Amino acid sequence: MKGKRELSYDSKIEGDVVVTRLEAAINWFRKHSIWPMPMGLACCAIELMGAGASRYDLARFGMEVMRFSPRQSDVMIVAGTVTYKMALVVKRLYEQMTEPKWVIAMGACASTGGMYRSYSVLQGVDRILPVDFYVAGCPPRPEALLEALMKLQDKVSNERVLATLKQAG
Amino acid sequence: MTPRDLASQLQAHCGDLVGSLVEFRGEATLTVREARRIPEVCEYARTALDCDLLLDISSIDNYGEDPRWTIVYELYSLKHRAHLRLKTGVSEEQSELPTLTRVWPAANWHEREIYDMMGIRFSGHPDLRRILMWEGYPHFPLRKDFPLAGRTTDLPEVAFTEPAPMEGGPFVTAPGQAGAAEREPRARTNHP
Repeated sequence: MKGKRELSYDSKIEGDVVVTRLEAAINWFRKHSIWPMPMGLACCAIELMGAGASRYDLARFGMEVMRFSPRQSDVMIVAGTVTYKMALVVKRLYEQMTEPKWVIAMGACASTGGMYRSYSVLQGVDRILPVDFYVAGCPPRPEALLEALMKLQDKVSNERVLATLKQAG
Repeated sequence: MTPRDLASQLQAHCGDLVGSLVEFRGEATLTVREARRIPEVCEYARTALDCDLLLDISSIDNYGEDPRWTIVYELYSLKHRAHLRLKTGVSEEQSELPTLTRVWPAANWHEREIYDMMGIRFSGHPDLRRILMWEGYPHFPLRKDFPLAGRTTDLPEVAFTEPAPMEGGPFVTAPGQAGAAEREPRARTNHP
């Protein structure tokens, strides 16, 4: 100790051991590799691509791996106008995702139907899916989507994952 | 040739079949009196008048009038660089007219769209299915007597629809007082 207070983990003092709760460790793994499923249906998908590209760089959060297979993804980002013709397809893709899974409704259309008060547009994807976060905007800027994804990370880090496992087993 | 020349040649060839020329801001519109003879008029326009492009077909619902439907054909000649518009009326009882797919193959999807949205059939069409809505949707949503909010339908495993909440209008919004700079969230706020 050179007169400087060590606040972080010091392997010289404590050895190669970190003590934590299993739940905290699992959530920590999960929240840093949330793989999105880009359910890009309209212009919001362009902002979603912007969020994934170099300027906004989703890779900082471990979310750059956009999976087009629902079986390999954790969060479905519904980016765009959900028409009734597409609604059951979106629902089926959600059902094919493995647990744990989350949904972000990106933009006005996915959240409420947006300006499409019409015969052909589903008035909010929450009519068919359980939505975790709504992102306002038409389309939202990439920062807004990042905010939702960071909030999702907070949510994931507080999940009672062991209780869920016991229920399933 | 100008749009007026195209129209007068078509009138000379077809005689009583087409009505008098209506001109508005350099656009020429002719009315074809018998909808069932629209293919022969268009065949002449394509071959003799070089109207080689069918730009669009659209339909109008004159709800409460007779004939209820007006079909509008938008032709263009690349050679003469001139537009020509043809209109024809179809009664609600009939709701059918011959296809133009054998004159311009481009008519195929335009006619499918009109069938989908208005419910007007095109006899002789090779593939008259809905193009935007799904097969089995029971309504024609662009008709004037169809509510803007839509209707409740359910086709299991395919699609469902519910009326949209109109909240006093198709789209209601009130402008705010703040300027764009205060209203819009920005990544950087240190603008000069």
